[in-house]
Amino acid sequence: MKHLLQQVFRSPKFLVGFGIFMAMLLLVIIYPLFITNPPLEILSQGTFLPPGIYVSVYDSIDASTRYTLLLDDAAAKRIASKLGDDDRLAMQEWLLAVGVSENEIDLQDTAKLLEQWENHYDPAAKIPGMTNAKRNYYIRLDVSLDGLLSTEGAIIAKNNAQTGSLEQKEIIEQTDYVNINQVPNVRVLPLGTDNFGRDVLTELVKATGVSLVIGFVAGTIATLIGLILGLLAGYIGDVVDDGIMFLTNLFTVIPGFVLLILISFSIGQEQRGAVTIAVVIGFTSWVWTARAVRAQVISLRNRDHVNLSKLSGHSIFHIIITDILPYIASYVVMALILQISLGILAEAGLSILGLGPKTTEVPTLGLMMNWAMIYQAQILGKWWAYFPVIVTIALISFSMNLMNTGLDQVFNPALRE
Amino acid sequence: LKGYTKYFGTKFIWFVITFICAFILNFILPRLMPGDPVAAIVARFAQGATNATGVQAIYQRYTELFGTNRPMIEQFFIYVRNVFQGDFGYSIAQYPRTVADVLKSSIWWTMCLQFPAIIVGWMIGNTLGVLAAYLRKGFDRVLMPISIFLSNLPAFGMAVILLVVFAVGLKWFPTSGGYGYDMIPNFSWSFIWSVIVHYQLPFWSIVLINIGGQAIGMRSMSIYELNADYVKYARFLGIKDWKIIGYVFRNAMLPQVTGLALSIGTMITGALVAEIIFSYPGLGTTILSAVLGGDYPLISATTLILSLMVLVATFLIEILYGFIDPRIKAAQSD
Repeated sequence: MKHLLQQVFRSPKFLVGFGIFMAMLLLVIIYPLFITNPPLEILSQGTFLPPGIYVSVYDSIDASTRYTLLLDDAAAKRIASKLGDDDRLAMQEWLLAVGVSENEIDLQDTAKLLEQWENHYDPAAKIPGMTNAKRNYYIRLDVSLDGLLSTEGAIIAKNNAQTGSLEQKEIIEQTDYVNINQVPNVRVLPLGTDNFGRDVLTELVKATGVSLVIGFVAGTIATLIGLILGLLAGYIGDVVDDGIMFLTNLFTVIPGFVLLILISFSIGQEQRGAVTIAVVIGFTSWVWTARAVRAQVISLRNRDHVNLSKLSGHSIFHIIITDILPYIASYVVMALILQISLGILAEAGLSILGLGPKTTEVPTLGLMMNWAMIYQAQILGKWWAYFPVIVTIALISFSMNLMNTGLDQVFNPALRE
Repeated sequence: LKGYTKYFGTKFIWFVITFICAFILNFILPRLMPGDPVAAIVARFAQGATNATGVQAIYQRYTELFGTNRPMIEQFFIYVRNVFQGDFGYSIAQYPRTVADVLKSSIWWTMCLQFPAIIVGWMIGNTLGVLAAYLRKGFDRVLMPISIFLSNLPAFGMAVILLVVFAVGLKWFPTSGGYGYDMIPNFSWSFIWSVIVHYQLPFWSIVLINIGGQAIGMRSMSIYELNADYVKYARFLGIKDWKIIGYVFRNAMLPQVTGLALSIGTMITGALVAEIIFSYPGLGTTILSAVLGGDYPLISATTLILSLMVLVATFLIEILYGFIDPRIKAAQSD
């Protein structure tokens, strides 16, 4: 046993797969210890906030100390953020349309471009062939460009309750900075928020955990059923074999996923918890294991040591446990690993169809995908809502398959390269 | 062909048995679950309905259709009779369309998308697998990691990635639907072109997904075959490489055909989810909308049709296998 484990852990493929899997498992366990926010807490108004560090505007204006930094490129960056390349091209388009000649326009000379813009832009002007959306875009652009080259600070004013007039409180210069550590309210959202305004990373970690549990429960059930049926069919043979093989052949052809759809829908939204789904997946995906175990057992059934055991009068149960199981144990472990990853995939597929676990309590990888798809994150370009989920699913299944291939090479010397 | 009667006979009997079992399961599973399906249907229909007699009429219509007030065995025969008359009742979410009508319009999209895609993916995967096994070295080094990556990506993941890259990013293809949303199905060139353009992304996402697994399987089968004596002998005789590849391909393909028969169900159901990503008007999207709308009759009919599709596909592959496996041919002529 010890020797075998040593061998397994010397297989590079297994090690890589095991490493990836353990890293994910550790993350799932450790992350909640440090970040204790509830995973399904709704943080933001509005959907799909992009990833980044969110700093309270109110607090940073109000910060006790304000520092002056003299950075040369500050103005250039400020202008660039307001006036991107697309905007410059759009401005050029307008200028050309109102009759400015092309060689007068220099897209890189911001000051000149803005001056030309101010001289020629007229919100009321009608350019032939321009859509309403485009016209609105120009109006927005014009507003955002207002005062772009000014070097004056912004004035903070307060409403005086008695007179009802605004009173100047202070001026924020363009060179004023606050230290982010001194701002009391900062929230890091490494993967932004999802369609409900929930922190995607925290949700993803929780979902990975739940999905792993689903995979584990489903995989264990499927492997157990498959193992028992396979052992019975392979060892006892005759009528039992015929019966079990009939069942197995039947469920090989009737797709498990279709049964899964049917059962999940029939259970109803209310009863569909994560564990229920896992159990249902387990009960619909044992076929492969049963087939393979049976084939292995049949090849073992007439070995000498089994016959010897039979002659010694051991019971069937005893023979199966001591003489057959150890020989197929390695195979069963591999089947279990595969079933776990298939279970996770099945849950994801089911959830995308809208038949996943009940939606309000726990997230699963499939549910996150389902939500992102329903809210069209993929078309809106909100990659953080779905891409990390796909990567996680792919990583789980990749690591498990690697472990499996590694194990296969250790246990089946014929496959070693 | 005469000798094949026995082989085809067994396969056909097996097909009928599985179909009957699938049919029974489709009937019995929902009825084993707690709750009255008819009550669920009526509850959906009656949402916001003030007309009590209308609700009553709906209840009676569906009680009659499913015969829930009668004993189980009688219900079953009513169900059989209805199904064979193509009567699945009315769709709830898309009332007043009938379920048969909804399915009629979506099943062709799924068939025309999935079967070509699965076959093309299977062929490309197998060809690549043989080449990887034969050429080894560079080709194998590049192909294998890609195949492993592809086979580990879930079908919907591949679909989303293709969608984001080619439809949203590069704008080469439309993002959703089976044809332009401003079109009415007809036989004009512009409509057919629109269908072809919309077809590409769902098609290739299914093809790519299937390539990976097939290539891996075919590669190991071929490596096994390449070590066989006949290959060494053929090389010894100086037979051209591509001809040897041909022999190896034919021998290694047999288990792959069996594999296809065994896994076509998984492939089809996996691709359903890819359909949803592209809002392709096939069965996958039908299931999604049926689930969202609590459309019980539609779900039950769709799962039945899906089972039937998979069963027929498996049956056809097994028939094909009978023709290409020389061992079966030999066994038949005895």
